Amino acid sequence: MKRAIEFRLNGQAVHVEARGGQTLLELLRQELGLNGVKEGCGAGECGACTVIVDGQALTSCIFPALEVEGASVTTIEGLAAPDGTLHPVQEAFVRNGAVQCGFCTPGQILSAKALLDLNPHPSEEQIRTALEGNLCRCTGYQQIIEAVKAAAEDQP
Amino acid sequence: MSALKYVGQRLPKADALDKVTGRAVYINDLSRPGMLHGKILYAAHAHALIKGIDVSKARALPGVRAVLTGADIPEIPLGFMRDNRPLKKGKVRTRRDEVAAVAATSPDIAQEAIELIEVEYEPLPALFSPEEALAADAPLIHEMDAKGRPAKSNKLSLPWKLICGDVEEGRARARHVAQGTFSTTWISHCCLGTSGVIAEFDLNRNLTMYSITQIPYLAQNDYLEALKAMGLPSSQVRVLCQTIGGGFGSKLDTHCYEFIAILLARATGKPVKMQFSREEEFLAQATRQPATMEISQGCDAEGRLTFREVHMLLDNGGYTSWGATTPSVMMVPVSSLYRVPNVRYLAESVYTNNIYAQAMRGYGNPQATFAIESNMDQLALMAGMDPVEFRLINANQPGDETPQGFKITTCGLGQCIEKVRQGLGWREHQRAKELGANVRGHKARGQGLASLIHVGGGARVYRSDGHGMIMKLDDFGRLTVFTGAVEIGQGNETILRQVAAEAVGLKLEDVGIVSHDTAICPWDVGTHASRAAFISGNAAIQCAAELRRKIFTLAAEQLEVEPEDLDLSQGLLLVRRSSGGEGQRLAVAEADESLPLAKVLRKAHFSAGGRMLVAETFYDPPNQMLDREFKGNLSCAYAFGAGGVEVEVDTQTGQVRILRYLAAHDVGRALNPMLLEGQIYGGSLMGVGMALTEEVKLHEGRVVNGNFLDYKMLTAKDAVPITPIIVETDDPAGPYGAKGVGEPGCVPSAPAIANAIFDAVGVRIRDLPITPEKVLRALQQKKDEVCRLVPAAC
Repeated sequence: MKRAIEFRLNGQAVHVEARGGQTLLELLRQELGLNGVKEGCGAGECGACTVIVDGQALTSCIFPALEVEGASVTTIEGLAAPDGTLHPVQEAFVRNGAVQCGFCTPGQILSAKALLDLNPHPSEEQIRTALEGNLCRCTGYQQIIEAVKAAAEDQP
Repeated sequence: MSALKYVGQRLPKADALDKVTGRAVYINDLSRPGMLHGKILYAAHAHALIKGIDVSKARALPGVRAVLTGADIPEIPLGFMRDNRPLKKGKVRTRRDEVAAVAATSPDIAQEAIELIEVEYEPLPALFSPEEALAADAPLIHEMDAKGRPAKSNKLSLPWKLICGDVEEGRARARHVAQGTFSTTWISHCCLGTSGVIAEFDLNRNLTMYSITQIPYLAQNDYLEALKAMGLPSSQVRVLCQTIGGGFGSKLDTHCYEFIAILLARATGKPVKMQFSREEEFLAQATRQPATMEISQGCDAEGRLTFREVHMLLDNGGYTSWGATTPSVMMVPVSSLYRVPNVRYLAESVYTNNIYAQAMRGYGNPQATFAIESNMDQLALMAGMDPVEFRLINANQPGDETPQGFKITTCGLGQCIEKVRQGLGWREHQRAKELGANVRGHKARGQGLASLIHVGGGARVYRSDGHGMIMKLDDFGRLTVFTGAVEIGQGNETILRQVAAEAVGLKLEDVGIVSHDTAICPWDVGTHASRAAFISGNAAIQCAAELRRKIFTLAAEQLEVEPEDLDLSQGLLLVRRSSGGEGQRLAVAEADESLPLAKVLRKAHFSAGGRMLVAETFYDPPNQMLDREFKGNLSCAYAFGAGGVEVEVDTQTGQVRILRYLAAHDVGRALNPMLLEGQIYGGSLMGVGMALTEEVKLHEGRVVNGNFLDYKMLTAKDAVPITPIIVETDDPAGPYGAKGVGEPGCVPSAPAIANAIFDAVGVRIRDLPITPEKVLRALQQKKDEVCRLVPAAC
């Protein structure tokens, strides 16, 4: 079963056909060519597939594609300006050494962005809670947490 | 000499921009025109004869292009003992055995076809522990040994035996002897990017592997061997590494799925991609080597170690990857952590019907150090000594040659221990403990420390520990460095840019790195043994010297000066016209003249008989392969460190909370402190996971927790506060003094935590991971013991 859906993707209107049972991850990667969203487990456990839907960070690998009808979706590709200027969270990740292998990075950044959009000056505990669903094997999380703090400090 | 411009700077990673924007291409993201998707059918039994396989339904499914079983493929022996095959024939020995494989036009069709394959098995008695497998009447898991002779038992013919000095003499001389048995378990690398590969043949039957290997050149060799077996002896292989979603040693071997991709690509004439699911990653990707370790150590009345004896039994699982060779590195701490004159080490690997193990960060060192450093605290207790003082008395010193033959050049072990002691507030804590002030209700605080030694200047585990490099200058003074090193996220390309810019005398932005392509980049043994920064850094310094020699010869001709009167800094050629200070580097202010390097290069290029500048080098460090007795100077520098933790143990729940974690590392020189700290944070937390939560649980050979809900990898919420302490000892063999640091972080974590738990509540946990259940059980046993001895106390 296929159904035409409309939603906003990184600020642009999108019309696309989605299958019942198709995940948002599959729609983004396979139909829309957005490979920045990663699959690390396919079960909503590792957070590599995190995207922002109507302000909420969620795991797209278990989110039905049909449910983004009418929603606003942000992926990692939608963060930097067209001229390459990074979003403050991306910039903070680069400057604070929060990136190693980078596979979890898009998800970490989107979880952090969703947090900061809602709560511009979170405590460290709130940062840790927001990132709890985004596993990272390389960094020990410390520089990621520092990056999110730095991004928060840079905000007005 | 002018001050360093890039070495020592906290520079961001060169690849970070692509990674924060989602542009980096991992194997998961890569597709090739006409590509098919492969899937694997794994065994339904841990030990069984394959009586028959019916693939007819799978072959008939629309979209299926090939179905292969062990019967359809040539003999391609894999693994360290050549006891593995891409697809198993006649018999399965583990639940992870590859029985059949399918290539189809989509992953879903391939999976559907897999489910249509019917396999008839005749189950055999299975063995799930080395002890069972060593029983006299145990069935043989492999009928033949590595040399093709009938096997006599399940024991691998791979005896690891290191004898230094006279252990009996050391034991006789010991005033105190402590012994213990410790164990570590199966641990998954948990790379966030799951394993995958694309195999593609061109019409000349040459093979390209779109790969994520950490060993492109050794892998190339393995693939060439496979092609020979497939009747393609003149085919060439090119390995193109993609962005790698985590390494940690998981990509130091070539794995069955890679050869299955090659076989399917050959069978179909199409590129074939294999991409693991997470469940598959837990099941089929080989783990850290588990070990059961019996240790005894003794010291004299002054607390000096007199001997150390370690026996290990390793569960080899069904096949042999690098796991069975981890004793070669376990020997490093066994023989050389602290000054210990007499050492005996024996290790045996035994086939079982479990999954199997390979390299993982530290290569056996974290396992061995868990036993050694737990037992050091036991011995200190028996000797009535403070555990930190006890370690300082025995600490390695610069200039030592250890019993195994390691020549210790620089050694910051004492400094690391001191700094951790100060950072923890060790003495204050011990005083508080004497007053009982470390206990509040049912929560007790404790502190623990453990040290480490690891190879820090390469490791000659292969005939060559070398690294090839090419440097090429263009008309604009920009440098391209061609390196055989693999970037696995640790930041090697960033470090290499820093070192190359520094050593050649260019601006950082004028240095680019080309890597990950065996057709273009010279040979390197692999990204392992914490060697990439050390070896490729030294190669860059060596190559830069050659390039500078060529630059100065060329420029001297053009400028009519002597080469000695030239220097290069930040892309500017500095010329001295006056005499004096020959062979010295010039400061810009001292130069009589300066001109852009690019100008000299263009003039050379566009004159008659034009010339362009390229330099190449092969750096092979002055270290030794271990001899038949496993002795020799394995590395040309050794890394040291100490980890210290403060824990709070809840005696009602058994929960262990880490309040602080100090990680002091003798790194020689911090080439980039920010990336270095990243290695320390990440390594340390991986060690904490090994200590407290991580275990691939097996039930009758089947992985029962192959997902991130049940396999407890630590999250941002669990992450402990880690304080890196960088000790610089400026090693003469290192690039700008640096030693390796990729692996050491995870080495001392588990024993430091176990020691801190003992310090807090007086129970010693000997089997990892240290779960609340184990802590509670130990506390109950201790209580029962007290009640038995002093009934009135209960």
